[in-house]
Amino acid sequence: MSAAAGGRDGGTLERALRGDAHEQRRQREAAAQAARRLSERIAADGLAEVSYATLDSPLGPLLAAVTPRGLVRLAYPDEHADAVLERLARLISPRIVEASAPLDRVRRELDEYFAGRRRTFELAQDWRLIGPFAKRVLGVTYEIPYGGVLSYAQVAAEAGSPRASRAAGNALGSNPIPIVIPCHRVLRSGGALGGYGGGPQRKRWLLELEGALHRGR
Amino acid sequence: MKQRPPAPPPVPPGPPGPPVPPFQRFLDAHRDTVWRFLVSSVGPGDAEDCFQETFIAALRAYPRLRPGSNLRAWVLTIAHRKSLDVHRARARRALPVADVQALDGRSAGTSSAPDETLWGAVEELPARQRSAVVLRYVADLPHSEIAQAIGCSEEAARRSLHEGLVKLRKVVSA
Repeated sequence: MSAAAGGRDGGTLERALRGDAHEQRRQREAAAQAARRLSERIAADGLAEVSYATLDSPLGPLLAAVTPRGLVRLAYPDEHADAVLERLARLISPRIVEASAPLDRVRRELDEYFAGRRRTFELAQDWRLIGPFAKRVLGVTYEIPYGGVLSYAQVAAEAGSPRASRAAGNALGSNPIPIVIPCHRVLRSGGALGGYGGGPQRKRWLLELEGALHRGR
Repeated sequence: MKQRPPAPPPVPPGPPGPPVPPFQRFLDAHRDTVWRFLVSSVGPGDAEDCFQETFIAALRAYPRLRPGSNLRAWVLTIAHRKSLDVHRARARRALPVADVQALDGRSAGTSSAPDETLWGAVEELPARQRSAVVLRYVADLPHSEIAQAIGCSEEAARRSLHEGLVKLRKVVSA
């Protein structure tokens, strides 16, 4: 028996087994639907350690990821989704699925916020990606009320490191949950906008939504 | 690995490579192949359950994967074993093949008669031949990965494939 015969033999039979283009497309669609049902089931059964979804927003599509503890990551489209997910896989667990239902609460509160109907977030959060120093800085930031602003120096001082305003700036820049942890409310001492992970235009947009830009001056 | 009854197969060693991708990326990359393998080897009626069981077994073992593993061969090993479970369960129920085909909906209307004959014959092949044929022609796997997935030598995989094709050709040309 020729070993190669099995691989190349059987033109008609081979074609029948592979199916025509129409059949192949039909099966690809069926596979995609089965995969979507599977991901939702994995999330619903608590088998995923991270669930994520892309949420529409006035600032562009946001990648939001939750763990059983709460919202762990919110990323602007400038960050490549694959890079964000690979980092989550490395730092938390590779058991990551795309599922809509676990993000319902996050989606609703963000929609309300963007529509101007919500001033504080009540959704559960998971701050495990935030290091000890950043936790103090972002803890202070989290308490800045809607419509208010602080300077980097003020945040550093309140975090207990008055001379560390540059380090505070870095901690704010590494905020894994922007908008919800409102690092956009921290400005330069003179009132200049300063940097923002999502870009200065988004920072301005958020501050205008909150009516903070005029008060800040 | 030993605590669960349907223990996932050992992960084939691979060269060092990129870290294990997020599970969703793994699912997206292999869903078509696994789906087509299952539709062809157990029929559309059981494919969805088998598909879910395959990937959930993979998910359980997933964090223990070594970087650089051959994920496609690995997930198809699981799918192959799930398909054997289905065929064993059918044998226990002792349902005639014709009834099984009627149940799984493949013969419902749209498909043409020669197709039915072919897929009926595929399902009737011995397990290793069936998986070899489906993995080669439906999932487009090279012989080395077919051997990995069904757990035999490459030579044995070629032989199973050849024997399966010989039987199918008789049915198709009949």
